[in-house]
Amino acid sequence: MTSLFAAVTTETPVDTPIRRITVTVNGKQHTLDVEPRLLLAHLIRQGLELTGTHTGCDTTHCGACTVLIDGSPVKSCTMFAVQVDGHEVTTVEGLASASGLHPIQEGFRDEHGLQCGFCTPGMMLTAKALLDENPDPTEDEVRWALSGNLCRCTGYQNIVKSVLVAAARLRAKDNVEEDEAP
Amino acid sequence: MYPARFSYEAPETIEAAVELLGGARGEARVLAGGQSLVPMMKLRFASPETLIDINNIPGLAYHGADPDGTYRIGALCRHVDLEKDGDLGTLQPTMAAAAPLIADPIVRMRGTVVGSLCHADPQGDWASVMGALGGSVVAQGPNGRRSIPCVDFVDGPFQNVLEPDELAIEAFVPAPVGTRAGGYLKLERRVGDFATVGVAVSVEFSGTQVTRAGIGLTGVGASTICAGAAAEMLVGEELNGDNIARAAGHAAEMSQPRSDHRGSEAYKRHIVATFVTRILSSLQRTTQEVA
Repeated sequence: MTSLFAAVTTETPVDTPIRRITVTVNGKQHTLDVEPRLLLAHLIRQGLELTGTHTGCDTTHCGACTVLIDGSPVKSCTMFAVQVDGHEVTTVEGLASASGLHPIQEGFRDEHGLQCGFCTPGMMLTAKALLDENPDPTEDEVRWALSGNLCRCTGYQNIVKSVLVAAARLRAKDNVEEDEAP
Repeated sequence: MYPARFSYEAPETIEAAVELLGGARGEARVLAGGQSLVPMMKLRFASPETLIDINNIPGLAYHGADPDGTYRIGALCRHVDLEKDGDLGTLQPTMAAAAPLIADPIVRMRGTVVGSLCHADPQGDWASVMGALGGSVVAQGPNGRRSIPCVDFVDGPFQNVLEPDELAIEAFVPAPVGTRAGGYLKLERRVGDFATVGVAVSVEFSGTQVTRAGIGLTGVGASTICAGAAAEMLVGEELNGDNIARAAGHAAEMSQPRSDHRGSEAYKRHIVATFVTRILSSLQRTTQEVA
């Protein structure tokens, strides 16, 4: 635990109510004591040291802090850690598996879907939620789904391309798996 | 940014939430989607002593029509629930037009319709929609429930008329007289920005004749404007170019926009008239095609 997280949880007056929560982050279960005002973004970054989740605007506009809660994208700067008690959180660190990058990550790499990379974790998680629900989106649907995530570098062109490429690869992968099934 | 300290309660029944609200004597806020409240707490515009999270109360995430046609939206119905409901366009066209224009797609995942109404932001979209539809909010207090018409629900910017020990549990829209039609148009500089102008129109038809009409205006006054007088000009008539122009002109007169970085007063009035005209003209075409 870093100092900032410790400061929030230990240097509080004795009458500050601390809540015990159990949350699964990227498949790993954590039981934690948190002050109610601890934001989910800070629990993830400072508490769990998963710094792939970026806090950009801190005012619910930019979407850089987007994580998935039970598969749905949520801006983690706009939710308290106590609210995810009993839920599953996926951060960008949860995308790649032992066998390599997630197809969405490959898409962003191959199609130059990032420049500075600050918005990228939020973009990729929002894209994951989209592709889980709609494996074959149109360009318009991708743009619509990503409209809550701001990027100040790319002009979005390559981000949209990355998601479309990832969608095609995921579909191809699913087809192969279906063909191989007995 | 951290909010001020608060104690957190997550009751599992409406009754328990009402009791907690009563015990907090006006120093509590209710957390539903939190997409407006949490940013306000972070900026310390809101510093409740107690936060009552109603997300663990089962049975509040519903939306749909009763057999008699009354359309009900529970306190935990998210914007996205309405956006993705394929039947909404037929049953509640004004709501169906507004739902995809609320904030941005990620905010719509969490934010709630009833929470937006309670938040009473003058720039909020749902207050105009519910006002145009003649909707109400249902509040539960220690002594039972009462319905408050949306036009009376807000008594100032970010202020509603709920008692400190009342919880808004539902919003509802009465059954239409005849066929319901309508639309919502919103001018915004970018996705997620507040409306420069938002216009909600709801019209109920018997054949081609208007039986009831409502117009709500967002972003052009210190609070949502219910342009009922402009809408009532249409009742008893068939929509035509003349009465559409009169209603649009009257709605523009009833708006009270202020010049700011989003546009001048004259520009915003012009947009109000344009949007009212566009929605009503499209309804006129549709009713004529049906007739």
